[in-house]
Amino acid sequence: MADPIIGRSVPRKEGREKVTGRARYVADMTLPGMLHGVTVRSPIARGRLRGIHFGDGVPWNEITVVTAKDIPGKNSILLLEDDQPCLAAEFVNHAEEAVVLLAHADKYLIEEARRAVRLQIEPQPAIFSMDDSLARKEIIWGSDNIFKSLRVDKGDVDAGWSAAEIIVEGEYQTGAQEQLYIEPQGMIAVANAREGVTVWGSLQCPYYIHKALASLFALPAEKIRVVQMETGGGFGGKEEYPSMIAAHAALLAWKSGRPVRIIYDRAEDMAATTKRHPSRTRHRTGVTREGKLVAMDIDFTLDGGAYMTLSPVVLSRGTIHAAGPYDCPNVRIRSRAVATNFPPHGAFRGFGAPQSVFALERHLDQVAKAVGLAPEELRRRNFIREGQTLAVGQVVHEKIDMNELMERAFALSDYRAKRERFARENPRSGIKRGVGFASFLHGAGFTGSGEDYLASVAEVEATVDGRIRVLAASTEMGQGTNTIFSQIAADSLGLDYSCVEVVQPDTAHVPNSGPTVASRTCMIVGKLVESAALGVRQALLQGEFLRDGDGAAAFAKACGAYIEKNGPLRASSRYSPAPDIHWDDKLYRGDAYGAYGWAVYVAEVSVDTTTCETRVEDFVAVQEVGRVINPVLAAGQIEGGVAQGIGFALYENVVWQEGRMINNQMTNYIMPSAMDVPPIRVYFEELPYARGPAGAKGIGELPLDGTAPAIINAVENATGVVIRRVPLTPEILMEALDGAREHARA
Amino acid sequence: MARASTPVPEKVAVRCRVNGRDATLRDFPMTRLLDVLREQLNLTGIKEGCGEGECGACSIEMNGRVVNSCLVPVLQAEGVVIRTIEGVASGEQLHCVQEAFIAHGGAQCGICTPGMILAAVALLANNARPTEGEIRMALAGNLCRCTGYTKIFESVLHAFSGAEARE
Amino acid sequence: MRSLVPSFELRTPPSLATALELIAREPGEWRAFAGGTDLMVLLEAGKLAHRRYLNIWNLAELRGISATDGEISVGALATYTDIRRDATLQREFPLLCRAAEETGGIATQNRGTLGGNIANASPAADSPPALLVYDAELELISAGGTRRVPYSAFHSGYKKMNLRADELIARIILPRGRAGWKSYYRKVGTRRAQAISKVCMAAALKLVDGEITDVRIALGSVAPSVIRATATENALRGKRLDSTAIAAARVSLASEIAPIDDMRSSARYRSRVAQNLLEEYLQSADRA
Repeated sequence: MADPIIGRSVPRKEGREKVTGRARYVADMTLPGMLHGVTVRSPIARGRLRGIHFGDGVPWNEITVVTAKDIPGKNSILLLEDDQPCLAAEFVNHAEEAVVLLAHADKYLIEEARRAVRLQIEPQPAIFSMDDSLARKEIIWGSDNIFKSLRVDKGDVDAGWSAAEIIVEGEYQTGAQEQLYIEPQGMIAVANAREGVTVWGSLQCPYYIHKALASLFALPAEKIRVVQMETGGGFGGKEEYPSMIAAHAALLAWKSGRPVRIIYDRAEDMAATTKRHPSRTRHRTGVTREGKLVAMDIDFTLDGGAYMTLSPVVLSRGTIHAAGPYDCPNVRIRSRAVATNFPPHGAFRGFGAPQSVFALERHLDQVAKAVGLAPEELRRRNFIREGQTLAVGQVVHEKIDMNELMERAFALSDYRAKRERFARENPRSGIKRGVGFASFLHGAGFTGSGEDYLASVAEVEATVDGRIRVLAASTEMGQGTNTIFSQIAADSLGLDYSCVEVVQPDTAHVPNSGPTVASRTCMIVGKLVESAALGVRQALLQGEFLRDGDGAAAFAKACGAYIEKNGPLRASSRYSPAPDIHWDDKLYRGDAYGAYGWAVYVAEVSVDTTTCETRVEDFVAVQEVGRVINPVLAAGQIEGGVAQGIGFALYENVVWQEGRMINNQMTNYIMPSAMDVPPIRVYFEELPYARGPAGAKGIGELPLDGTAPAIINAVENATGVVIRRVPLTPEILMEALDGAREHARA
Repeated sequence: MARASTPVPEKVAVRCRVNGRDATLRDFPMTRLLDVLREQLNLTGIKEGCGEGECGACSIEMNGRVVNSCLVPVLQAEGVVIRTIEGVASGEQLHCVQEAFIAHGGAQCGICTPGMILAAVALLANNARPTEGEIRMALAGNLCRCTGYTKIFESVLHAFSGAEARE
Repeated sequence: MRSLVPSFELRTPPSLATALELIAREPGEWRAFAGGTDLMVLLEAGKLAHRRYLNIWNLAELRGISATDGEISVGALATYTDIRRDATLQREFPLLCRAAEETGGIATQNRGTLGGNIANASPAADSPPALLVYDAELELISAGGTRRVPYSAFHSGYKKMNLRADELIARIILPRGRAGWKSYYRKVGTRRAQAISKVCMAAALKLVDGEITDVRIALGSVAPSVIRATATENALRGKRLDSTAIAAARVSLASEIAPIDDMRSSARYRSRVAQNLLEEYLQSADRA
């Protein structure tokens, strides 16, 4: 009997290609006669487009020029709504909004051409803050600037105050964060009315692009084809934005009759594409004198930028996660995503939860202080347990013991001893040390009835030699999709991992297994792969080509025999709504997610009072994830997510000027280098989830939720200073420390 | 499309040695070596991540030293010995650093990987037993967004012990 | 690539003499191009204004690190890696090696040159503060001969240099004889590596029986060019190194630097940190 594949760190499927430089990303692909495409963008945040002027000294007759009027179908990038134009026609609503597209074979000439286009835009007053948007200083979207608002009610918050002996309020903010995948966005397109549109590119969601292009070109589904190339990181930044760049490349290809490639340089990518939604959360929390939560009133606002994109869904996840893994009888959450004249904000790993969880975990440390409890004691007295309900009314059916998780994290990080030691040593040292933690959960899969609506499909096919092909739209972007799908299929069929191949996501060949987002790829789609693989096996057993207990050689023979007799050997599995998961979209109540990952993260920091720089010295991440399919890949997800969370907490600051990102270079937008990350120590627990493949849940986004609050809690422990926003730059910390000193003197 | 005021641009021929073979590159003298190697020699393993010498994805070896090829004008490759990621393996036999990256999760999306591997290989050439601190410093010019660096360090540490075991 | 690459000229002169002749004949027409770590970034961004460059990378006269009894001569084309690896510099001019170690990452250090760094004249440059502390002189060369300029007199304002259009920086001269000075270098950047400095300080002082007999303090990123804090030096010279002197030095330093707000940091932060670095340095010199 072979070694079990599930739970083994088999090497990455496409590892060899990646370490030899042979993996092919979109910039590595050329087509004969290919043109280079570039985008002319609005320099200002809001205005009326009066004219486009094409300057002298450029051979315009040689250059393909596309504007809004060249769009065959609807001028929009269809996503949840169709409010976002593909190319601005009459108005611009954010800096860097695309207005004109140009293409030519000479990559230098086309850049000269770009510089020679002048947009005449009559400025209009722009909105650059959530408050101005809510105050309706200008109406810039819809009738009231609000993309979406939500409300969650549990119990009766207003009555709950009467039981509260201590009430604590606080306001918390998070800034924009750039995904900063190391491979910039790019697409290649071939398009004509007869054959349709084909795009190849760096992307997470082939079928999102497919849907958007079908609408833009008014073509039927079978005339649109989207192929994913090797993708150098996504993190959500390549969830919705690629539809825009694909549309642009395709329009240029359509008009010129030639293949067109658009690759953004880093400066354009950072300035023009989506970022994490900035947020503001207001907490009002009532507790008893013993620290038992009795009322939570949470107000949560997201800045969505100029168009809706995915803001309602980001809002949804942020809202549902806002009250955390705690038992509180009365909860009210009111939230909204508002329009501003920033470039639209979009998906970034965590998708609303990092924002609301930051606020909650910071706030609960304040509540603990007010009650006179250690932060862990406040958590311990309120952790939710099996049988209790989350804020949205979901009953917890898992035997999760958050207190045990927390104690394990504390033991591994030496939390209590360090806290005691630092408290003793800090007064005599210019380097202040501290420890802090965050306890949290993250729902995997689409919210509520989202998975039902997606109705994802995956297929598994066997060849005549018994090799297995997995067909799904789920993309590999480093997280390990190819590897775990292969493991799951191999395990289901009792074959060697090397027998399985994951087909390149190409809408001409793979079914729609939904987008590669929302921590769903392993848990939801992996399960479909598992059942489709079992479907292949079932077909062989039922046809008596195979018997139970047969080995790999017999399997191969059986496949050959089956195909000779019956044709293709392929099984498909479609997501079917779980009978015991009920979500009410109107009341915003019920079972929000099929499963949650549960976690406690502990951060140790040092603050150098000479420079106010904060360094993360050690980081322990403990999480319960159902089942670990591949330990190296799973740990890699947590480690990478923690590093992004460290960036979110301490380094990554988007500097805006008149609605445009001005630090749009890697020199000035700072992500952690190899010298800036601590040892990141990752531990897993497993409470198998019945509906996950081999019991696995989703983990991709989880680390983004708890990292920043753990760090900022640690900074407070180290310095005594209460920080309520990220990123916490040294400049901001210096002001806060000065303020605290002033306050102490007064 | 030359304008009246600027001189007519001329390409230059640059003779160098790339991955063990003689090569003649032809382009305008300021063209980035990154672009010339990718486009004329099809060495697409060299990646562009930032174009400003920050991320290290474009790393190559010039005369035995790691440099960012996005910052080298092709003219300066004259007479130079160049090695790219494509020249690290010996045919199908992977370098121990490459094997370690596969075995220990050093590569996720793979876009930083060629540069990381070159930086690690260069470290190995100068330091047979680096500490983790020395590894961090040697790789500080290579940014990775996926891994949090942890498994890159582990891969490099294993590569060195693997190399030692082989000696 | 936001520049029209074909419109740039880059030529390799066959010798230093030819290069000097050319820039003497057409002053201002040609500029020197060494490692390219600054110029190529500008090229990519579409911000490289000048069009004609001389590739001086291979000119042997501008390379190498040599020593006489009285001075070390560092070629303008010495890279940061060359500097880091030189045993004499490590021993006698450690602040310069520290600065080289803090510049970019290994790939930048393999190509960036000391001469290029000086000629780029960024107020945030990492090595110049060390050069100021060591009383470096620059040897400038032209077709007409050489001249020496104290590095402290080289920058006259933001990106303004005491360098004629027909001159190249040939060598950086470091006078020897600083044994026994207590020295310090600290760069505060946006992260621990691959970072532009927010504040950078190099310093050295000579302490005899608790009295500061001589001192040098130089800073980057707090003024339009790298500076020597001469008023603060004067305030410390001849004084006992004690808490009064340290407090006075802080005040003096605050008044002679002029940091700004920019997208990386703030004037308030830079000023405070500069003072803190000075205090950290003086405290450590006192304890040692």
